[in-house]
Amino acid sequence: MLKNKSILFDREPLGDGLSNALNKFPQDVLLEVRESGLKGRGGAGFPTGTKWMLASAAIAGKKFVVCNADEGEPGTFKDRVLLDDYSDLVFDGMVIAGFAIGANLGYVYLRGEYSYLLKKLENQLEKMRTENRLGKNILNSGLNFDINIRLGSGAYVCGEETALIESLEGHRGEARNRPPFPVNTGFMGYPTIVNNVETFASIPVIMSRGSEWFNTLGTSKSRGHKLLSISGDCDEAGVYEVPFGITINEVLKLVNAKNTKAVQVGGASGYCVPKWEFDRQISFEDLSTGGSVIIFNESRDMLRVLKNFMEFFVEESCGQCTPCRIGNYKLLEGIEKIEKDECSMTYLKELVELGKSMQIASKCGLGQSSPNAFISIMNNFEDEIFSKTING
Amino acid sequence: MEKDKLDNRAPVAQKPLVYPKVDITEIGALVEVDVNNISFKIPLGTTILEACRLNNIHIPTLCYHEDLCLAGVCRVCVVEVEGMRTLQSACTFPITNRIKVHTTSEKVRKARHHILELLISEHYGECYSCHRNGNCELQKLAKEYGVDSYTFGHVTERRHKIDRSSYSVVRDMDKCILCKRCVRTCIDLQEVGVLEATHRGYDTTISTFLDKPLADVICINCGQCINRCPTAALKANDPSDEIWEAIDNPQKHVVIQTAPSPRAAIGEEFGLGAGHSLTGELNTALKMIGFDKVFDTDFTADLTIMEEGTELLMRLKKKLVDKDESVMLPQFTSCSPGWIKYIEHFYPEYLDYLSSCKSPQQMFGSVIKTFYADESKINPADIVTVAVMPCSAKKFECNRPEMDDSGFKDVDYGLTTRELAQMIREAGLNLPALPKTHFDTPFGDASGAGLIFGATGGVMEAALRTAYELVTGREVPFKNLDIMPCRGFDGVKQASVKLKNVLPAWNFLEGVELKFMIAHGTANAKKVMEALKRGELNDVHFIEIMACPGGCIGGGGQPIPTSPEIRKKRAEAIYSEDAALTLRKSHENPYVKYIYEKFLTDGPCGHKSHKLLHTHYTKRGKYID
Amino acid sequence: MIEIKKNALSDEIETLVEKYGNTRDALLPILQEMQIKHGHISDFSQQEIARMLDVHPVEVYGVTTFYSFLSSVPKGRFIVRLCRTISCDLAGKENIAKAIETELGIKFGDTTLDKKFSLEYINCMGMCDQGPAMLINDRVFTKLTPHKAVDILKKCK
Repeated sequence: MLKNKSILFDREPLGDGLSNALNKFPQDVLLEVRESGLKGRGGAGFPTGTKWMLASAAIAGKKFVVCNADEGEPGTFKDRVLLDDYSDLVFDGMVIAGFAIGANLGYVYLRGEYSYLLKKLENQLEKMRTENRLGKNILNSGLNFDINIRLGSGAYVCGEETALIESLEGHRGEARNRPPFPVNTGFMGYPTIVNNVETFASIPVIMSRGSEWFNTLGTSKSRGHKLLSISGDCDEAGVYEVPFGITINEVLKLVNAKNTKAVQVGGASGYCVPKWEFDRQISFEDLSTGGSVIIFNESRDMLRVLKNFMEFFVEESCGQCTPCRIGNYKLLEGIEKIEKDECSMTYLKELVELGKSMQIASKCGLGQSSPNAFISIMNNFEDEIFSKTING
Repeated sequence: MEKDKLDNRAPVAQKPLVYPKVDITEIGALVEVDVNNISFKIPLGTTILEACRLNNIHIPTLCYHEDLCLAGVCRVCVVEVEGMRTLQSACTFPITNRIKVHTTSEKVRKARHHILELLISEHYGECYSCHRNGNCELQKLAKEYGVDSYTFGHVTERRHKIDRSSYSVVRDMDKCILCKRCVRTCIDLQEVGVLEATHRGYDTTISTFLDKPLADVICINCGQCINRCPTAALKANDPSDEIWEAIDNPQKHVVIQTAPSPRAAIGEEFGLGAGHSLTGELNTALKMIGFDKVFDTDFTADLTIMEEGTELLMRLKKKLVDKDESVMLPQFTSCSPGWIKYIEHFYPEYLDYLSSCKSPQQMFGSVIKTFYADESKINPADIVTVAVMPCSAKKFECNRPEMDDSGFKDVDYGLTTRELAQMIREAGLNLPALPKTHFDTPFGDASGAGLIFGATGGVMEAALRTAYELVTGREVPFKNLDIMPCRGFDGVKQASVKLKNVLPAWNFLEGVELKFMIAHGTANAKKVMEALKRGELNDVHFIEIMACPGGCIGGGGQPIPTSPEIRKKRAEAIYSEDAALTLRKSHENPYVKYIYEKFLTDGPCGHKSHKLLHTHYTKRGKYID
Repeated sequence: MIEIKKNALSDEIETLVEKYGNTRDALLPILQEMQIKHGHISDFSQQEIARMLDVHPVEVYGVTTFYSFLSSVPKGRFIVRLCRTISCDLAGKENIAKAIETELGIKFGDTTLDKKFSLEYINCMGMCDQGPAMLINDRVFTKLTPHKAVDILKKCK
């Protein structure tokens, strides 16, 4: 359940987005999604309308719709709530996507850790089939579309869209070379759109209440509302719906957090916001996040936090490209050196430079964003960290 | 879904983006691109790397290899593309619109530095104690980028054990840089599937099924992985210490046989480009090193043609005249030990199609320790036979338990081209500058037909030169005896020659269209075997299969690196050497005639030949215990 | 190497291949089902799956070792996975870890001698608002205390 009152997913004013969409032409659905300014809710923030239009324009024998339910970013659990309580919206969103781009089959890639939700989701799909909202000739529109649920098996990297597709194809979850992008060459080589659970859930809402209404929410560059999964040192951890543009201070008030030293926005691959930046906003143009907000109070050791993040990446890296495979390990090694007072300032600077190279040279998003925590914590919490190296 | 299944050989990610070939004069077919502020036009879809190579702009690479599908994992070839935040790997990025590329900007140089330093930090050992010192791609790049310190430290302990279980291939995973070339070679190029990346993240290791030793899985020993490995992670099992011992032992009579492919390629180890055959010079070097006799494997290649040609004609007779249904046609050549192990594992039910002839190397071993031992009055127990081969599988072959028909281990050691070059260097000799000498008697200089065994299609061409003449009394109807349909690097070649106006003894072959096929690389061998399974090859008579792409000139023991261009030049060297000889047909080799007169008196495929020159095979199957 | 005895495992895999298809994209679902049924995917199973899907056994092994939830070696009947990512760490997973190790008598990464429990760490399982959390097979347990965790283990039959 959401901890606060939802405006976006409020069932009261919500009509039937699916039937609305099916009464339009696919082209109009695409335009509506583009007009809404909806951006991917998984963290990358790619304009959904653009993605769908590219896939729609691709010429191929088959197309696929994939729902990325491999929510694995530390501190993210909002998709879990969506799948638990709003799975009908998510699936409707997928059907609408299939209609818009010309796909007949959708996959939900559900992370293995959420397999307890599998039965519930399968039941929901079955219910939709009996209501003619899934399967053949959906709501008499002529659209054939069905959804299969595939489970993940415990790999964070499969949340990356091309690694996810590789996993669906029965390979190791190793990201692909891009270009070509999944909208042209995706699952089995066919045009595929991969979108987050929350993105799909927003689609029937937009179809039902209109893109104009959607544009009244959020900021000019980040339209709509965002689900945040807030955890850490606060009284009211949970999933909240907030407008884009909300400041960190406002978020802290929402969850009744006290004595906050730092807020990690965007999970382990995000940015660590220090106290003096708490007036910054959560939006794609400022502090971007897939939903994860982790709060640290004054008692927390930032080095220990950083170590936890780097251990995470060392284990979850797929291991194919050099900068991520070895780079993450070196960053972790650096932290261990700091802990033992064996790290010089020169070496630390070199590691930050390494992090910057990793951010641009790694093959996929994991390696490109794993140094973020390292760099932001090293920069923003200098005093804490350097007090350990001064002696070294 | 059926089509998808066939296409799934390599992950989609690794297949190069294929743009339909268009006429370059069509609008949109060419794209303009700016690299380092220089503009030029290239066909749509060309990768940045290809575009730069066509225009002499250097971009370093590590995991990229011309023979293999794309990986884009080392990130060494990253370049800056204006407008994109992240660096792009030049080897995988197809150019589809006008982009501005910078190949040596500050970001790029820094990234490359870091990547190399990361690789070196995990690379166990030092260059001076490594067998790839001087020919290592990591070393080359480190020099190019001025790496002069262990910025990120250096690993001091091994994480893996060296796998020496195989006779042919030795794996040292502590030197592996995870470029995945060996994986792409084994799974995609050769379709044998022994190596793959296992585990995840920092623990990722290239390994075999259940991490079993290489000898326990279905490795066919072709050594193609060794040829493409950029570092010392893979090498062949080197017996040169034992050979030196034998040479230094006055009691031992050490004879060496050299194959054409090493001779065509060994110059590469001494600074010459590819394509210089150093046969005569090598003979001198070997004598100077201390080998007692130097023989030409082409002699037994000629012998193979006699034996295998006769075997084929016998099978044809049984099939066409006796209507014997138990006779297996098409007949497959059996001189490639990689191919033999391949068929033993993957198609064990089809072993009867193989010719029962041994490979020239093995034939020589049994002939040396019987015929030669007699002729020169040397105790065969004191003879040590060494074979210089382009092949890593030959090391396994000479250790096969059945290879002892002479009463002793027929061939004691298989030595690769690379290992021989090392011995020559240790002996302080500058190979290209040595004078030429001939091979020793009683085997002498062989025919050009035996020589061309080294290139794919060579065995077939040699066989045809003899078989056709035997049957019709005339030379093959090809200019200069160069049977062009047999030549070239197409994966599977198919051709035929009509037998008309045959000699009376071969009446049953009158009008028969002798159909033959040539395949190289086990992926193509697979295609042929699958076609056989489907019953599509019922009218084909003779098939030559070589396990290595390019044939023996691309073998697992040849100088590193390999590329389509290098293999082409080596093949050209072989064909030119053949064209320059006067003796070009196996059956005209006087030493071959001699051995049949004096020793193998029952003639080809006779009783004596069968004992010494023919062998049997072992059903192995795919199941790994 | 030549002897491949078809047995109950082969039949089981054949049924799975019929259910999911005989192309490579059926690999992961098949491996997952075998993992749940048998606690691991044995040497023989991997080769049979490879044979029926027309992939190389080493590729099946590569996929099996890639994913945390798949295993080539037998594990305990109950696989206990404790979340160690930051939110659960801040909420006190260390104490839970110590309590479980003491209770089971094994360290993280090991399996009890009676093959009943395997103990592992897992990365963020998405229960950050209710940490510390753990998975036992596919059941989620949240808001753990050392006491509660041990209680849950005792109830595993």
